[in-house]
Parts: sequence; C-alpha cells; structure tokens
Amino acid sequence: MVTPVSQPKIFKLPDVGEGLTEAEIVKWHVQPGDTVEINQTIVEIETAKAIVELPCPFEGVVTELLATEGETVDVGKPIISVDADGGGSVATPVSEPPAQAAAIKQDAVPRVEEPGMVSPEAPPKRQPVLVGYGVKEGATKRRPRKSANGAPPHAQQAQAPAPAPAPVAPPAPRPQPGGTGLPLAKPPVRKMAKDLGVDLATITGTGPQGSITREDVLAAQAGTQAGTQVEPQAPRVPAQAGPREERRPVKGVRKATAAAMSGSAFTAPHVTEFLQVDVTRTMETVKRLRELPEFADVKVSPLLLVARALLTAVARHPEVNATWADGPSGAEIVVKRYVNLGIAAATDRGLIVPKVKEAQDLDLPGLARALGELTEKARAGKATPADLSDGTITITNVGVFGVDTGTPILTPGEAAILAFGQIRDMPWVHEGELAIRKVTTLSLSFDHRIVDGELGSRVLRDVGDMLEDPIRMLAWS
Amino acid sequence: MTIDSVRGAPDTTEAAEPELVQLLTPEGERVEHPDYPLDLSAEEVRDLYRDLVIVRRIDLESVALTRQGELGIWASLLGQEAAQIGSGRALTEHDMVFPTYREHGVAWCRNVEPLNLLGLFRGVNHGGWDPAEHGFHLYTIVIGSQTLHATGYAMGVQRDGVLGTPSAGATIAYFGDGATSQGDVNESFVFASVFNAPIVFFCQNNQWAISEPLERQTRIPLYKRAQGFGFPGLRVDGNDVFACLAVTRKALENARTGQGPTLIEAFTYRMGAHTTTDDPTRYRLKAEEEAWKLKDPIERVKSYLVRNDLADSGFFDKVEDEAKQLSRELREACLALPDPDPMTMFDHVYAERHPLMTEEQEQFAAYLASFEEESK
Repeated sequence: MVTPVSQPKIFKLPDVGEGLTEAEIVKWHVQPGDTVEINQTIVEIETAKAIVELPCPFEGVVTELLATEGETVDVGKPIISVDADGGGSVATPVSEPPAQAAAIKQDAVPRVEEPGMVSPEAPPKRQPVLVGYGVKEGATKRRPRKSANGAPPHAQQAQAPAPAPAPVAPPAPRPQPGGTGLPLAKPPVRKMAKDLGVDLATITGTGPQGSITREDVLAAQAGTQAGTQVEPQAPRVPAQAGPREERRPVKGVRKATAAAMSGSAFTAPHVTEFLQVDVTRTMETVKRLRELPEFADVKVSPLLLVARALLTAVARHPEVNATWADGPSGAEIVVKRYVNLGIAAATDRGLIVPKVKEAQDLDLPGLARALGELTEKARAGKATPADLSDGTITITNVGVFGVDTGTPILTPGEAAILAFGQIRDMPWVHEGELAIRKVTTLSLSFDHRIVDGELGSRVLRDVGDMLEDPIRMLAWS
Repeated sequence: MTIDSVRGAPDTTEAAEPELVQLLTPEGERVEHPDYPLDLSAEEVRDLYRDLVIVRRIDLESVALTRQGELGIWASLLGQEAAQIGSGRALTEHDMVFPTYREHGVAWCRNVEPLNLLGLFRGVNHGGWDPAEHGFHLYTIVIGSQTLHATGYAMGVQRDGVLGTPSAGATIAYFGDGATSQGDVNESFVFASVFNAPIVFFCQNNQWAISEPLERQTRIPLYKRAQGFGFPGLRVDGNDVFACLAVTRKALENARTGQGPTLIEAFTYRMGAHTTTDDPTRYRLKAEEEAWKLKDPIERVKSYLVRNDLADSGFFDKVEDEAKQLSRELREACLALPDPDPMTMFDHVYAERHPLMTEEQEQFAAYLASFEEESK
C-alpha cells in the first residue's frame, strides 16, 4: 500500500460524556497553519454536561478548522484536519495499526471498526457503542436475511453515514426559498468570503462535490475567475487596490428588515413622542429582585421592568395593542386581547424581533425567563419562524447601543413600538433639589390611524410613571 | 426548630483538628511520628518519586484519550497519587487488593499493565488481568461492594490458618468517602470487626462523592467510625506518600499477625473531575482546588529529594522522560488494541464449563457463521 502524500488526518467530535449527541464549539485554541502536538489543547467545547477542552490526537500542522466557534456540531462530525507530514513523523504509524490488528484477530466475524482516525476518503465505517461517537442512526448493521432476493450485504454500506462533506450552512434561521441553491463551502471559507465581500452564489466551486475553496474565493475577488459567474446580471465591482465603494447583496435578514421597514413607514402614518424619566427606583428594584430566590436563575435587567410596565399599560389601554386590517367590508381596527411582546435584538445577522407569546399571562419570573431564553435563542441564530411572527406590540432597547433615544418604525401590523434609551447619571430635580439621578428617555411611535395623540401620550406617561415609581405596577396590575 | 439546632453543630467543626499522621510536610520537611517510624534509603525515596510521576502521567494520558473518543470514560486519580503509591508499596507478595475503579496507582504497584486498565475503559475487555496472579482484584464499579468481597476473602485467609506465618497475606479494601454511606461498607465493618478479619479498610477521603461534599456523608471524622464498630481507625495525610506507606505497613502487619482490622482514612483531594463525564466547576469552588494544589503529593517529595541532596536535575529529567515515553507507548498500544472476538464473552463467566452456557455458545457460533454463508 502506498501512503498517499500528505493525507490530512481528521479529528471527529467525540462523545466526551457517555451518550451525548452534540456539542457547541466554544473557542478554538489553534488556527490553520499552527503546529500542534499530541494532547495539546486545540478547542473548548460545551456539551450538555460540561465545558471541556479537547486535546489533539495527532501532531502536525493544522490544515483546516471544519467548525466555527458558536456552531453546534453533532458527535462524529469532523472538526479539524491536521497534516501529519507537516510536523514530526512519530505519530504517523499510530493511525494505521488499529484496523490491521482488528482484521487479523477477527477474520470473518462481523467487525466493529476502530473510531477516530479515518482519512477523509476512507470508506464509511460503523462506530462502536462504548467508545467514540455512539451509534449512528441508520448505521445499525443487521444480520443479513436469508431471503430470496439475496441482496448482497454490501448494500448496507449505502445506508452507513458517508464521511461528512462540507459542513453545512451557518445555523441562521434564514429563510431559504426552495431550500436548495445554497453553495457548498466550509465555514472558514464562508467567513473569508464574507470578509472579502464576495457572494458565494456567484462562484462555481472547484473543490470536492463542487464545494467552494479558498482559492475560488480569492480568484473571484481578484476578478480573474473568468466564466465562472453564474449571475452575470449582478455585476460586481472589480476589486482594484482599495475600492472606493463596496456593493453588498441585500438578502436574508437585511432584506426582510428593509421590506418590513419601508412597508411600515409608507403605510402607517407614524407619530413619535418622547419622555425623560427618572428610573433610579427602577434600578433599585432591579437590584432587589436579583436577590430574590425566584429570580436566582434568570436575568433581571431594567428591560424586564420596562416590559412589565408596557404590559400593564396595555392592560389599561387595550386599544394600543391593535392592528389595522383592510377587510372585505372596509377597514377595521382589530384590538388584541392577548399580547405577543416583540423584543428587538441585535444579532450577527441583523435585527431580529423574537416575540414573547401570551406575555400578559406571565408572572415576573416567567417573563424574565422568556425574555432571556428568546433573546439568547435569537442571538444564537436558533429562533424559529414561530418565535419571530405574530407580534402585537414591540420594545426596542436602543440603550444597549449607548444612545438616548430614537424614532422607531413600527413592526408591520402593530400599532405601537416603545424605544428604551440608555440609562445614565443626569442632573435632575428630585424632591425640590438638584440631584444626580439615573435617567432614561422613552419614545413611543404609534400608528396614527389607530392611536390618537391622547391615547399614545397616556400609554407613554403610564410607562414612565411606573418606571419612576415601580410600586405603581402593583397598583395598576 | 430545625433538626440541626437540636443536634448542635457537627463534631467535625466542634473538635480541634483531628490528629493526622504526617511524616513529610507539604514543604518537603521530614517530621517524625512516635507510632510510625520510617527509615527509607535514598533509592527507595527516588523510587517512590518515580512511581508518583509515572502514574500521574499515565492518568493524564488516559484522560486525554477519553477526550479524544478513544476511551468511554476515565476516573482520574490526580491528587491521590501518594495515597495509592504509599499504600500500594506497603503491600507484599501474599496480600490481596480489592480496588474501586480509580486505583490506577495501586494497580501500578501490583504490576498490572496500564494497558489492561485502558482496555476496560475502552470496552474491549473486562479487566483482562488475573487477580490471583497480581494479588489485585478486578476493578469494582459498584460503590462499596468490594469491601464485602474483601472481608469475605480475608475471612477465608483466616480460615486457611496461615495468619502469623510467613505465607500470611492481608487483604486491603479501597473505597472512597462516599462509599462510607453505603450499607455494604458498614456491613463489612461489622463482619470484619466481630470475626477479627485480617483486613485493612483504606478509605481515600477525597472530599467529594461526585458532587456531594464530605459534610453530606458524615458529622464526625470518618476514621472515628471504626471505633463504633470496635476496631482501630486513624487519619493519615493522604498526600504524604511516606505516611501512607508507614501506616499501611503497620496495619497490614497487624492483619497478617491476627490482630484484626484497621480503618485508614487517607485525607486527600480529588484534583480533577469525579470522572471525565462530570464538571467539578459546577459544584465546587476554585479556591478549594487552589488550596489543595499547595499540598501536592509529588512536589513535596521532590522538595525533600532536593533539600537533602538525594537527587539532581538529571534524575528528575530522566523520570520525566521515562514517564513521557511510557505514556506514548501506552497511547499507541491503546489505539492498537484489537476488538475482542465475540466468542470470548463466554470464556470467564464461570470458572468451569456449564451446560446452559455451552448451549448458548453453540447458538451464538451458529449465528455468527450465518454471516459467512451470506457473504460468500
């Protein structure tokens, strides 16, 4: 057998905790090109049980990271490839003997293959149960039937898992029309393309299974990949040294946001009102709540009390929680008796507004938990379409960006949106004297077709009063 | 009124620090104890140091192999090396060990190939060594049950009538602080006590039973339990290899000469996780680990050797190289371990052949043979 030149070794995500099926890549400690030693820590992963550091089983030079930080990877999927020829040769023989030894001992007995060290081109192998990666779904080897059709046992190989091709798309809940057409490329290549502003959809890949390689991306960027652009109608700016403009395709969340915002801005006549509020007592309440056992495992933030205050205001003024509907018998105003509270969250993929469903029924710890889980899910790119739809009213926390306020645009189909600015120390007249207080600015945009200035002002004033003196939330709920 | 306020505070905090047998301080200073004189040559100390370093290295390699998906699970002995090497090196030819699944250091002292231990956790054997040949029983996974096996074995030795003769062997049962809450352990204390069995109960109190702290196991120091059962108990610095060696030697000698059982509580600390499948950061504070790091069992022997000019840097490098080489060989051998022939599963179920099993064996062989027919 001739040893192929420079065959990289693939390390697949092991089950490090008795029956785990997946783990999240928390942090890579190595990068492509780094030299690694056996047992050098290469990556931190978080499983359902623990954060653990994985030691490298090979020595050599890292050729590629096959999973990105933040990605949740199934056990058994390749996460890193290491070129052993790049380093010392001590470890090289290690990868070969297991299979041979097993073959000698077992002759014709059904075999359970060694885990771990397969080259990418190796035929599909079955994994043992106790060690390594657990049993693959569909990989169970059944006893061949003594049936008339006599299907050869090799046919079972077809249902064994193929060595995973390129890892798939980033875990964004991005709506994919048709579900296909997503170009194949490994995460680092995607990242590189994104950084360089190259649209993968315009490239024809030259890698395995037509996947796009680093070289393809570089070639596309340099504009030298002649004849490979499948969408010539989308002319790209050839990248000279230091382009003066950069064109980015509008798609995904950005596209959806753009459509919603212009739709809303040109349909619903917006009015925005502002109110500065002394929230010192709210901050004290937040601090006190954090000490209560009911809130021990949830995040208590000022946003939680803003949300609670808005829900109370909605209960006092239900008409603000409404939508404009053009029905067959003319226009109607639909007042909702339930509140699906949208919370605008900034994510890597853009603005996402997950909704806390039936928020009017939640107690305060429940609301805190729902807020925490939902925004976490949205940030992790795991919000489902159901999480993102059917809102009735929205809060946008622009304070996290360090600004005081804004004029938010309504989420389509809703009548009001509350913006919550940053909280900062301000000179304030408190009980007749000048004092340094925690002050924020609230702004409320509303659809003037549904909500009059009087109603909008009352809602905003109510929210402000409750944040000035949180006891009012008790009084009014 | 709560139960605690009725009973008062646990004895562990009320009493002054319980007496701890220590012969080597964490700083590497030799101290004497009236009941446990110990005279070791420079070479013996160096050998102990080598044992400690090697078992730690083997343990680290095994943890790494588990993280790489090559072993199913591993229970690390990190921090407990002195308790295991000290007690393990006190053993002599006829003694018999009943270990838990963490006694890799004792296994090393009993010449059990580390590869055999890995085979067990790789799922390719059930231990794979002959307990009689090594005087080292197979690992017991069930918590505490080996103390009953050990007590029964010790009572057998007693009935052989060899105690007090040169061929007398003592029995030593290893277990942890968590196991002391098990019925099995308490039952074996009763049997050992009333029959005056030639046994040493060696409890490595590593402070944590998975995620349960010691104060959820006992309100008195564990070694004091023995008194209630009617035999002597003592606490030894479990990170002091000299003290562990000395107290275990004496307890074993007492057993061999018919003076009955002893409970040794080796006061130590599990520096790692309970096994590779749990995360200690979820239930204990880093500060506690840092405090125990200062009591490291290997560092103090090294300081002792250096302080007394018993070893130079050449020696330490050599030991380090040897440990590295051993672990590298262990890794390669582990990866090369063949999967077992399915037919071997019938080999060690009973000591002798059994008609029912012969029948099952034949059925299974026929089943396996059906694959060959199909693939032709």
